[in-house]
Amino acid sequence: MKPRHWLRPALLLLLLATGVLLGGCHRGEPLPLRLTNISGHMPDLDFKLTDDNGKAVTGADYHGKVVLLYFGYTHCPDVCPLTLAQLHVVMQRLGPLADGARILFVSVDPARDTPAIMHGYVNAFDKRAVGLVGDARSVEALSKRYRSAFTREPSAADGSYEVSHSSAIYVFDRDGRARVLATPSASQDDLVHDLHLLLDTGATS
Amino acid sequence: MKSSRIKSATLPLLLAGLLLAGSARATDAEHIRASHAWIRVLPGALPAGAYVTLENDGDRPVALRGASSSVYAEVMLHRSSREGGVSRMAMVDALNVPAHGKAELAPAGYHLMLMRARAPVKVGDTVTLTLQFGDGSTLATDFIARPANAMDAGDEHAMPSMDHGAMPHGH
Repeated sequence: MKPRHWLRPALLLLLLATGVLLGGCHRGEPLPLRLTNISGHMPDLDFKLTDDNGKAVTGADYHGKVVLLYFGYTHCPDVCPLTLAQLHVVMQRLGPLADGARILFVSVDPARDTPAIMHGYVNAFDKRAVGLVGDARSVEALSKRYRSAFTREPSAADGSYEVSHSSAIYVFDRDGRARVLATPSASQDDLVHDLHLLLDTGATS
Repeated sequence: MKSSRIKSATLPLLLAGLLLAGSARATDAEHIRASHAWIRVLPGALPAGAYVTLENDGDRPVALRGASSSVYAEVMLHRSSREGGVSRMAMVDALNVPAHGKAELAPAGYHLMLMRARAPVKVGDTVTLTLQFGDGSTLATDFIARPANAMDAGDEHAMPSMDHGAMPHGH
């Protein structure tokens, strides 16, 4: 009788609280991401390439990890190393959480970048970085998928050449869905913040 | 015959003139102080980027034309740009160091691209690059070889952080 009067609202509150908690974990709930949010505007991670150990890999192989996708090439002495060095700093700031993330460095220079060259290169920056190579068509398909572009510039007299390429970093959640885009002018704090959110949520394994 | 005689007569005069001019004004290199000189060493035979801060204490601007090295077969002055979301790299003829000012060769901007090392350069090595200026004068500068994932010349060469570089505190 009497206890029932408070039991009912208490139960209701408990139900509400559970609902809020469950709602917080719901996939559709927008995360307070700080970088340019591309959720729903860019396709899921999908490619067929070769990793820096010479193994054939697809986008699905990285499901379960938060992926940072960046296009570049190893004969790029300035901007690519700077970006990878900055991503290494970001990974260090994430601490042990960084093990749930992978930097995928896709070569836009299929003529010169082999898995072996890529292996030495990416490991000089971060042990969670993976170098990906593929034939020109596969790399172009991946690049186009994310409205990214690259152009091989005319060769110099000694045969050396540069490749102009998109400078953005595309971030995918553990389910391979595109979530945010970091431009070179984006703040490192915001990238760390967003990676924290993505690493804290949606863990599939 | 005639022309060669004129040349032989004017040459000493010309030389004297040059010497006088030289003594009246210091060379470009004498006005430049180089600091925070470092190389980002990449694995294998990949080209590396070299960075340095140049300060000019003179009354006239000084142009950095390039550099040479006994360690690298080729050294080029380059500039990276990131416009419209695209990273590009291009060779440039010169970098101007303003009078009583400074110019920085720093990541994502001006840099010296070092190619075809004659011997492997290891992290911690010191590599001398000879900077070349507009008037032909040169400045031998020691660059410290830093790891691929270094952000700057290192602690012992403390340097202000870059525009979008590392921040010491968490979010």
